[in-house]
Amino acid sequence: MNAMLSVFQREFKSYFATPIAFVFLIIFLFAMGVFTFYIGNFYNNGVADLQTFFGFHSWLYLFLMPALAMRLWAEERRSGTMELLLTLPMPLWATVFGKYLAAWAFAGLALALTFPIWITVNYLGNPDNGVIFASYLGSFLMAGAYLAIGTAISSATSNQVIAFVISVVVCFLFTVAGATAVTDAFQGWAPVQLVDAISSFSFISHFNAVSAGVIDLRDMVFFLSLIGLFLYANILIIDLTKSGG
Amino acid sequence: MLEIENLTKRFGAFTAVEGLSLTVRKGEVLGFLGPNGAGKTTTMKMVTGFLTPDGGTARICGHDILTDTIAAQTRLGYLPEGAPGYGEMTPREFLAFISSVRGLTGDAARAAEDLAIARTGLEPLLERPIENLSKGFRRRVGLAQAILHDPEVLVMDEPTDGLDPNQKHAVRDLIRTIAAEKTIVISTHLLEEVEAICTRAVIIDRGRLVADGTPAELSAKAASGKLDDVFRSLTSREESVA
Repeated sequence: MNAMLSVFQREFKSYFATPIAFVFLIIFLFAMGVFTFYIGNFYNNGVADLQTFFGFHSWLYLFLMPALAMRLWAEERRSGTMELLLTLPMPLWATVFGKYLAAWAFAGLALALTFPIWITVNYLGNPDNGVIFASYLGSFLMAGAYLAIGTAISSATSNQVIAFVISVVVCFLFTVAGATAVTDAFQGWAPVQLVDAISSFSFISHFNAVSAGVIDLRDMVFFLSLIGLFLYANILIIDLTKSGG
Repeated sequence: MLEIENLTKRFGAFTAVEGLSLTVRKGEVLGFLGPNGAGKTTTMKMVTGFLTPDGGTARICGHDILTDTIAAQTRLGYLPEGAPGYGEMTPREFLAFISSVRGLTGDAARAAEDLAIARTGLEPLLERPIENLSKGFRRRVGLAQAILHDPEVLVMDEPTDGLDPNQKHAVRDLIRTIAAEKTIVISTHLLEEVEAICTRAVIIDRGRLVADGTPAELSAKAASGKLDDVFRSLTSREESVA
């Protein structure tokens, strides 16, 4: 547990060792603002809620979360520090979780820094803060799911660019799984159960359910089990590396 | 004590290490010799728990690296090939990270870090990012990391590679200083290093053990009495010019 905390701290600090953290935070907050105020027409909607703001999260995360996750393992592989890390006396799961949680905490920090928009909407009207809280929670969980995908893929390559590109593609599939364009492509020839199964993997529909203010256990479980699944894949990939060279 | 038992590793059709068995006792400094690609690094990676062997195992002070990994790695210090370190960290931060992962806290951690720093002569560069250090100093950071927790078994892959003669001398002095109460394995290409610090040397070729003895015993195998000649006669193949 202590070893995991050490890995977490080292990884979290390393985001701030270079300007990467600040560049990321600025892009994240700037993009959030642009999407909400310009593309989402926040002011002209005449409604005091953050639906427009949260509506863009999955599309932003699609690119920003793989960018946060891409170096987690790929950099360790490239620089050879993976050998050092994996010969230190701690279980592999502790290393994997420590690294992942650092990225997730950083994503949480970025999300928390969007608080001015919450202040703005409360200044302008009387929004349902319960719904906003649920949306933040849902958004944080969704970010965690995107990060878990990115982390697992990062553990399979020593090239950060490859890790990024493949992660974006996989994240994209999970994002659009429930879109009509996808379900239409399967409808008609594939069994209904398959179509339902595919669309049930959609990040957007699970996130929309949460951000409507309904904290349904099933949506929470969906994101958490997806995180668990990809971190398990991460452990398997590292194990495979250890036996294959 | 380090026991290697029938260790085997294959990469596809290529056998990197084949049935290697070896016991290194406390107080011994074993020089691990062999041409490039002979399986030195692969063996070290298996002994330290980074690579999983296809057969056989290794025990560190009686703890099996495959089944009792954490206990084995606790007693082990390892300098991987190329002495990797986190470039953005300073040596001070890096050593603090290693000591915290190894479960050292407070004064004990600080004392261990300071001793490792003093032993490797890192004092003047403690606050500079590792990526800005010269090759020699990076290797010293790697060494400091390996000896930090005063391990019973120390495995070092080419500890003096890329160092200037003064730095080599310092590292050898360090190894001699700590050798009495430890089990040390170093891999090297430098035969003079074996003669300078090793109490025992083994030569491996194509994953197999081909010679084992004190440096003097090995040297005596050649008519010339030179370790170079023994090394060449045991490991050279078709590329050798008769």
